[in-house]
Order: sequence, then C-alpha cells, then structure tokens
Amino acid sequence: MEINVFVKNFAELFEETDPGLFKPTTKFRDIEEWSSFGALSIIGMVDEKYKVKLTGDDIRKSVTLEDIYNIVKIKIK
Amino acid sequence: MNNPFTLKGKNIFVSGASSGIGRAIAIESSKMGAKICITGRNAERLNNTFLQLEGDGHTQIIADLQTDEGIKAVVEAMPTLDGIVHCAGISKPTLFQYSGKEIMNEVMNINFNSPALLSQELLKNKKIKKGASIVFISSISGVSCSSVGGSLYSASKGAINGLVKGMALDLAPKLIRVNTVNPGMIDTNLFVEGSITQAQLTEDINRYPLKRYGKPEEVAYLVIYLLSDASSWVTGSGMTIDGGYTLL
Repeated sequence: MEINVFVKNFAELFEETDPGLFKPTTKFRDIEEWSSFGALSIIGMVDEKYKVKLTGDDIRKSVTLEDIYNIVKIKIK
Repeated sequence: MNNPFTLKGKNIFVSGASSGIGRAIAIESSKMGAKICITGRNAERLNNTFLQLEGDGHTQIIADLQTDEGIKAVVEAMPTLDGIVHCAGISKPTLFQYSGKEIMNEVMNINFNSPALLSQELLKNKKIKKGASIVFISSISGVSCSSVGGSLYSASKGAINGLVKGMALDLAPKLIRVNTVNPGMIDTNLFVEGSITQAQLTEDINRYPLKRYGKPEEVAYLVIYLLSDASSWVTGSGMTIDGGYTLL
C-alpha cells in the first residue's frame, strides 16, 4: 500500500477541492469542503479500495491523512 | 378483573430476542402471562434473555433465520402461535455510493427476506392460529424519514411496511392481524460499535422533542397492545413511537 495512492483516493472524495492541496500531512478537518459526510465517505472509500473496516472512532482520533493511512495499514495486516 | 391487555395463555414467538428491543419484548410479554418462544444467533446472549423470562413453559432455539435450515428448525419447534414478533434486524450505516451488492443483500436478507419467509413457512405449516397477531418491528427510517448512510436500512424497513399492508389483507379471512411498530432511535447497542461517534449520538438525541432516545421496554408495551385482544380491530397499521421526532 502506497501513501501517495491513498492520498489520491482520499482527494477523489472531495470534488470541489484542488487535488494538489492534499498531502499526507494535510489536516483533513481543515479542508473547506469537509462536512459531516466526511467520516462516512472515508469509511466507505477505505472499505471499497482496501477491504478494511474503519470505525467512527478511527476517524475521530485522526488529524492528518497520514494518521488514517497508518490505521488502515495496521488493519490490512 | 377483566384485562383486555393480558397475554395470559398466549404462545408468542419473538425473533432477535438475544438483545435490544427483542429481548425487552420477550421479557415484558412473559410478565403479561405469555408463553414465549425465543430465537437468536448468539447462544449465550439468548440464554441471558431466557433466564429473565417470568413464569414457566418458555422455550429457546438458537437459529440463523438467514438460512432455510434455520427457518425450518424454528418452524418445527414451534407450538401453534397466538402471536409473532419479528425483531431480528441489522443496521449498517454506509453512504449510498458504497452500499454495494454485498451489504445490500445482507441488510435486505436479515431485515426483509427472513421475516417474510419465516411468516410464510409458519402459515404453510399451520403454526399460526386463527385470530393471531403478527408484529414486525420496522422503523421511522424508511417510512417517515431516513438518516445519512441509512439508505439500505430505510429501504428494508420501507419494504416491511409495504409487505405488512398486503399481508394484512391476505390474512384477514383467517382473522390474523398484521401490523408494524415504527420506533425512532432506541437505546440499544445497535449503533455502539459502528461508524457513529458519541458526539454524533448526543447531537442526535437533542433532535428529539422529548430529549431522549426511547427505551426497549417502551416499544415492548406497544407490541404487547398489538399482541393482546385489546387491539382486535387493528390491522395493516404502522404505529409510530418516536418521542416526537418525526413531528419536526
């Protein structure tokens, strides 16, 4: 699993935001387009692309894209 | 004293009795004098419910109602029933665009197909008495409203509400009544380990005019009414019980 691919998959969830703004260090709650749908979007994307079930708490305790990436990486194993 | 709400002498079947609303319905109905047959998939939790039933003559069957074998086992073990309560159900909060075939089949199978097929088998095997009452635990979701990530859950519960109207007509000649109970959010562990956070739950509770979620027992009391002779002219109805949620 590549973090750059993960960031690209993440960026695709946000249609109104420039994909170039997404970095591993990006704080996803600071994205202007972020909404209450964000957590469920991430959970859905990760389930579809990585076959990993994230929980609401996984998202809650994460701040950056990399935080989520690391949780997915652990759960993939 | 004559009590039209009593369940004394009635055989009542409750699915999904190992937790939540199903457990409360089984326990409260036993307190009203019914003989209860319960099913669930988890032996330990089902037995926990069983031990809380009041009175004698109750039975428990561990069965997975998603399978034909599970349905067959339950039908064979049943006495002739005066009441059936379909409580088994799941919720899988998932945005519509990610609600693919796998999750669609799972939610529809458990929430819609299984209770419908079980009802058919009970009827074919003459396990439902003339004048009996069938209750489906549906939801306000899919009937009056929905929630983010709740499209499939709503679809399955909406389907139940449609099914019940047709069933009520088809079974009226046998004087079998068929109704749904449509609760708002009830304090059960259905959502505890899912994708919903505590903060979201607190925010949601505040949307209820009565400022709290319902208790499983409160749903059970409505179900008891529908199982009892007090409701003998009620059929094909969907009863909302939601602390005022859908008024707003």
